[in-house]
Amino acid sequence: MSVNALYDYKFEAKDKVENFHGMQLLYVYWPDHLMFCAPFALLVQPDMSFRALVDDIIKPATASHPDSARADFLKAQWLLNDEPFTPNAEASLTDNGIDHKSMLTVTTPDLKGMAGVGY
Amino acid sequence: MAVQNKKLNLKDKYQYLTRDMGWEPTYQKKKDIFPDEDFEGIKITDWSQWEDPFRLTMDSYWKYQAEKEKKLYAIFDAFAQNNGHQNISDARYVNALKLFLSGVSPLEHAAFQGYAKTGRQFSGTGARVACQMQAIDELRHSQTQQHAMSHYNKHFNGLHDAAHMHDRVWFLSVPKSFFDDARTAGPFEFLTAISFSFEYVLTNLLFVPFMSGAAYNGDMATVTFGFSAQSDEARHMTLGLEVIKFILEQHEDNVPIVQRWIDKWFWRGFRLLSLVSMMMDYMLPNKVMSWSEAWEVYYEQNGGALFKDLERYGIRPPKYQDVANDAKHHLSHQLWTTFYQYSQATSFHTWIPEKEEMDWMSEKYPDTFDKYYRPRYEHLAKEAAAGRRFYNNTLPQLCQVCQVPTLFTEMGAPTKLSHRQLKYEGERYHFCSEACCEIFEHEPEKYIQAWLPVHQIYQGNCEGADVETVVQKYYHINIGEDNFEYLGSPDHKRWLSIKGIKPADEDKNAA
Repeated sequence: MSVNALYDYKFEAKDKVENFHGMQLLYVYWPDHLMFCAPFALLVQPDMSFRALVDDIIKPATASHPDSARADFLKAQWLLNDEPFTPNAEASLTDNGIDHKSMLTVTTPDLKGMAGVGY
Repeated sequence: MAVQNKKLNLKDKYQYLTRDMGWEPTYQKKKDIFPDEDFEGIKITDWSQWEDPFRLTMDSYWKYQAEKEKKLYAIFDAFAQNNGHQNISDARYVNALKLFLSGVSPLEHAAFQGYAKTGRQFSGTGARVACQMQAIDELRHSQTQQHAMSHYNKHFNGLHDAAHMHDRVWFLSVPKSFFDDARTAGPFEFLTAISFSFEYVLTNLLFVPFMSGAAYNGDMATVTFGFSAQSDEARHMTLGLEVIKFILEQHEDNVPIVQRWIDKWFWRGFRLLSLVSMMMDYMLPNKVMSWSEAWEVYYEQNGGALFKDLERYGIRPPKYQDVANDAKHHLSHQLWTTFYQYSQATSFHTWIPEKEEMDWMSEKYPDTFDKYYRPRYEHLAKEAAAGRRFYNNTLPQLCQVCQVPTLFTEMGAPTKLSHRQLKYEGERYHFCSEACCEIFEHEPEKYIQAWLPVHQIYQGNCEGADVETVVQKYYHINIGEDNFEYLGSPDHKRWLSIKGIKPADEDKNAA
């Protein structure tokens, strides 16, 4: 479907990767940890390693959750844009196939959040 | 000598005032005068069928509005002179007003602009006048709301720059983008969106909570505004119903177009009202009714009867109403814990509900509160007591359509986010729900332009790279005064001093 308009209605997408000055957007969702109300929206360098993403960004972002200290994200189960995904820890985000506005979902099977209700 | 009767009856007067504005143009084409009337595909065969709900009250409108205004401002004056703010239930209540002033009053102004513009676009004079009159009402509401609440600005924080905040602050892009979406649509979609879906179907869920909330919490200024707006709102609702019936009766081809608009605008309105749900259950120290009860009465029962009535035109209830009905058990709690964790970036305070309030919620939400949400507050209270009041320091993903963080959960699976994503012209887009995703799919060219606050910060368009700079410089939220936790805030301290409570009690209160 497309917009019903009086003229040829064509505009640029507001969030194209060029607008982020060499950086890109990445979303990270940790299911069963709804203490963080929504997936994180992160500004990341495309050439950073996956390990650096986990150690320098995801770990600090999740640190306030009691499960965080025990979470071994590198050994956890990952989805990239809802598809099964095995990250290469030393490769860059780009080489891992993680493009602008991708979403990573990381499940830690033995850590299910608080109170048995995924908080 | 025969004297001509100079007194016109009501019908003649209305005729002179309105229908006489319609004439057949001679040197311009009608299509050039009303260029927006056809492109949405709505077919109008006979504009004279428009039954203007204003026609009965037109005669007394000006006199009556002027009288209401006079009384209203007399009460505002009395309220200010008597320090009316000291008689409210608790200063936490003022946070509901902060949300209203920055989230709703600017929408009244947007409605004024929308009706003024839309009214210009109809070749039918009855519809033109109806829009013009509603535009005047909306402008009055925007002004009187600001006057009603201005007294609080002298005594509490966070009310000093509502219009500026409406244009910039992350969560206020939810109401702002709602109205921008409606105002950039064609005239018939605008009326279906605002007059019907919002004013007729959902308005009670906005006005009753805020105005009854004001009454229950001793806020005479806002209650008085509510009474003054009531007769206008009743008229707007009548217009909403008239609009939809008129369009549907004009041509059967209009039915599927209107149905899609109803599906879209019901959902957009429902997402917008999620802010009201948390206001109702959490921000009113004296509760009126729960969100879930309000939804049952004003949507499930009243809306149910309405859509039963519209069945004869071939209209069915909004597509995703079952999701909205299911969400009534969760919505306010999910929203409040979101605002709680991002209070560093809000113009109002948040807090953990008191014990009695949690017991009230257990009673109102027997199937969900104790199981899913009470444990949240128990954890948050423990953290706060240990000096680690929880703030989420990482920005959230926002929905491309409703612009709320993608915090909502699947129907029947309240621990699983109902996130959706798709690719359009090589670009990825994320949504809070199936319904928002579907709205995008219908008009992707429109929503790819969305000004998403989180992405704007990351693009460097908000005067700073860190949250603190954005909040202070770009949002005009005064750090340490307007934002963060309520307990221990300047508002809280001021309230304790108004009530003559000594610091010793303050500790007890905070515990």
